[in-house]
Amino acid sequence: MRRGQKNWETLMPQVTLTVNGKSHTAEVEGRTLLVELLRETLRLTGTHVGCDTSQCGACVVHIDGESAKACTVLAVAAEGTSVTTIEGLAAADGTLHPMQEAFREYHALQCGFCTPGMVMSAIDLVQKNPQGLSEHEIREGLEGNLCRCTGYHNIVKAIAAAQDVMHGRVSELARAAE
Amino acid sequence: MNVVAPFEGIGASLRRKEDSRFLQGHGNYVDDMDRPGQVCAWILRSPHAHALLRSVDVAVARAMPGVVGVFTGADTQAAGLGGIPCGWQIHNKDGSPMAEPPHPVLAHERVRHVGDPVALVIAETRAQARDAAEAINVDYETLEPSVTMAQALRPGATPIHEGVAGNLCYDWHIGDKAIVDAAFAAAQKVVGLDLTNNRLVPNAMEPRAAVGEFDRYSGDYTLYTTSQNPHVIRLLMSAHVLKLPESKVRVVAPDVGGGFGSKIYHYAEEALVCWGSAQVKRPVKWVADRTEAFMSDAHGRDHVSRAEFAFDAQGKILALRVATQANMGAYLSTFAPCVPTYLYATLLAGCYATPVIYAEVKAVFTNTVPVDAYRGAGRPEATYLLERLMDVSARELGIDRVELRRRNFIAVDAFPYQTPVALQYDSGDYQTTLAAGLETADWDGFETRRAEAARRGKLRGIGISTYVEACGIAPSAVVGSLGARAGLYEVGTIRVHPTGSVTVLTGAHSHGQGHETTFAQLVADKLGVPTAQVDIVHGDTAKVPFGMGTYGSRSMAVGGSAMMKAMDKIIAKGKRIAAHLMEASVEDIEFDRGTFRVAGTDKTKALVDISVAAYVPHNYPIDEIEPGLEETAFYDPKNFTYPGGCHIAEVEIDTDTGHVAMVNFTAVDDVGRVINPMIVEGQVQGGVAQGIGQALMEACLYDDQGQLVSGSMMDYAMPRAEDIAPVSVATHVTLCTHNPLGVKGCGEVGAIGSPPAVINAVVDALRDYGVRHLDMPATAPKIFAIIQGGQKLAAE
Repeated sequence: MRRGQKNWETLMPQVTLTVNGKSHTAEVEGRTLLVELLRETLRLTGTHVGCDTSQCGACVVHIDGESAKACTVLAVAAEGTSVTTIEGLAAADGTLHPMQEAFREYHALQCGFCTPGMVMSAIDLVQKNPQGLSEHEIREGLEGNLCRCTGYHNIVKAIAAAQDVMHGRVSELARAAE
Repeated sequence: MNVVAPFEGIGASLRRKEDSRFLQGHGNYVDDMDRPGQVCAWILRSPHAHALLRSVDVAVARAMPGVVGVFTGADTQAAGLGGIPCGWQIHNKDGSPMAEPPHPVLAHERVRHVGDPVALVIAETRAQARDAAEAINVDYETLEPSVTMAQALRPGATPIHEGVAGNLCYDWHIGDKAIVDAAFAAAQKVVGLDLTNNRLVPNAMEPRAAVGEFDRYSGDYTLYTTSQNPHVIRLLMSAHVLKLPESKVRVVAPDVGGGFGSKIYHYAEEALVCWGSAQVKRPVKWVADRTEAFMSDAHGRDHVSRAEFAFDAQGKILALRVATQANMGAYLSTFAPCVPTYLYATLLAGCYATPVIYAEVKAVFTNTVPVDAYRGAGRPEATYLLERLMDVSARELGIDRVELRRRNFIAVDAFPYQTPVALQYDSGDYQTTLAAGLETADWDGFETRRAEAARRGKLRGIGISTYVEACGIAPSAVVGSLGARAGLYEVGTIRVHPTGSVTVLTGAHSHGQGHETTFAQLVADKLGVPTAQVDIVHGDTAKVPFGMGTYGSRSMAVGGSAMMKAMDKIIAKGKRIAAHLMEASVEDIEFDRGTFRVAGTDKTKALVDISVAAYVPHNYPIDEIEPGLEETAFYDPKNFTYPGGCHIAEVEIDTDTGHVAMVNFTAVDDVGRVINPMIVEGQVQGGVAQGIGQALMEACLYDDQGQLVSGSMMDYAMPRAEDIAPVSVATHVTLCTHNPLGVKGCGEVGAIGSPPAVINAVVDALRDYGVRHLDMPATAPKIFAIIQGGQKLAAE
């Protein structure tokens, strides 16, 4: 609950969930969205809100390992789940997830606003396709995420390179062509 | 041991410094910040396109849970708040100034577009503010809306603003009509075309947001806002709306999630959260949801034009005549009047040696959201008009479309080239970028691909666009004479710290451009300081001396040049200090990437030796030189910069559905010197995607009552990954001749060159269906109707 914010509802539902490995219990309104709980209550502001019609995917997180748009999930519906956000991807020693590293290497982000959702979606897409994805399949797989800056070209390249690391086909991320 | 550091200077594809925080969710966007004691604002907006406000009853809303304040236009008028100013004044053909009606921060007496702000509600939570806004009872008396320009201009149309006759903002022209008419009279062939440039919604992924914080003790205001140019916002808001000394206002634009022009302008919400904060004595945060963004962010484009080329018998252009109507929307946004004039009509020479040009532009008020600059701003409209007219002309003259362009290009030895529409191009090489484009796209091999596609039942087409644009805006004296109410220089401060690390303060603003990396590369290149030891500070009027911000591809050409100038001053001072330390004459000191050397000797001092001496001046010529090592420079460009190039699009049309698939796109651009090739390529990729979106998908549509039909991301077709072809990007460099870096700018070329290439390809694909022209966007239903019509024609 933010400072200065009062509890106007007489009955505030409680929700308990795990976020990035840490258990949280919070009072929320019935209408509170998961993304609001993450951003406003838990102050995990890496998950963004870019639209109000579930189109842009800036708010994608993983719920029990599956990508989901946190703007379309009520906080109370996340009861008992384990949520991973963009803040929970890097290792404790600061090592980036291969997808994060690939986005950096392939210049797959510009303003950075769609990036957290894009990375979370991409990881789920790759994990669900251990056989490997063609660039065309990656483009189709990104249908739930909008980016206005990059034209997607470098995002597709980054995901194509990251999947080889994630599936253990290579030990190091292929460098982008100069 | 000799360790060679990786090259980080000009020309290196250095990976971006800012990415680490963005990739881990550590960006700091306006909506990510909460100020102590903060309350939330919701703006009640008009549901009508045009109506009188008979009454606004806020009594119930004021008593709602959590509400701390409800304010209407009557309140802001009573408080003496000024209207939102316009930053550019255009003059009519007769020399009189344009119509400039008031633009109140909250609607007063009348609403003029769906989304016009009617009331400001402040409550403990956003949800409470929104609930209370729904309890406001507004009595509207609806008026007949003018949704299209044709409706607004028709005789008897209801005036949108009192005193603005015929809803006409201005009627402007450039060129000598009599001379151009005479050239047309003498022409061998005249080719004309009517075309529209579709209205677009910029849709940066981060919706606009603002936090206003009034300090009741000092009387100071701080505005955190999603802006491309915080100093400009401070100037406009403090001087015109809040009527405060600028010294009382700090504007911070932290990480900003894309702009594309839409975050240049001063918006009502920025002033409202500041004023509202002073009323309720708490910080006030407002965040647009996407629906609000659609009806309150300035839209782009929206031109209706008639264009004609006059040709001689050899296909050389004799003259160009253009008449354009440009939609301003309901109010004048900050730079709206200059877009269809000095950013559009002055570009109508394009890359062609057209001897005479006449263009007239009518700017029209309508009951729609204000229209202003969107990526490219005027230049995409000019390029689209020229390149469509070029293709139509080629077909009607029976001259190959590439050959017709070649015949009319400004020759490579003709620079500096004075166009008949005010601009003087400093450099360019259009034949070379064209040749490179044709080769990369395998233009000559296209008919094989067309035949192969036909065997699969697909209509394949190829289209070309050759263009030039004017950016790096702009020489202050020039824009001032054209009606700008601001100078367009840039400011850079180089602060060398005692230990040799560097802080750069810049008036440019990064909202995706990667300035933290590219500006650091300039310092690495010039001063030899590793980029890891260079920090770029931007977006805070309390830190950066001044600045005009980022738009018009000006950050490197103008902002980078200011930094270079400031670094020259650092080096000059450093040489004097080095001369003292090495007991040499200052004329004998050479400087190269971090090392001061006495010419012809092995006596050297590193930059860090100089900075230590400057801040710890024990052995220092204190009578001659001040301590410290920090310099500021203002750089006012001598001219615009003129990137140009060649874009080639290849499409395939599914005849069963009319769907146009982008299958290939080639861009060869001359953006001047390239600081970071990776970032330049990314800028072009992104710009091309927006251009493809304009050409094939995006359309901002109103119904006949002025309701925004394409008002959400479910209704407005934003390009997704599978809609965009792989884009091949190459550069061919001719240097800008008048700035110290030789850079031209790369932010807008993608969006400027691409739309006509795509439409030319679509028309080419439909060459057997009798299509002379079709307006953007080339959606599947539109194409399907053409194919069906064509089949009907064949059957008959």
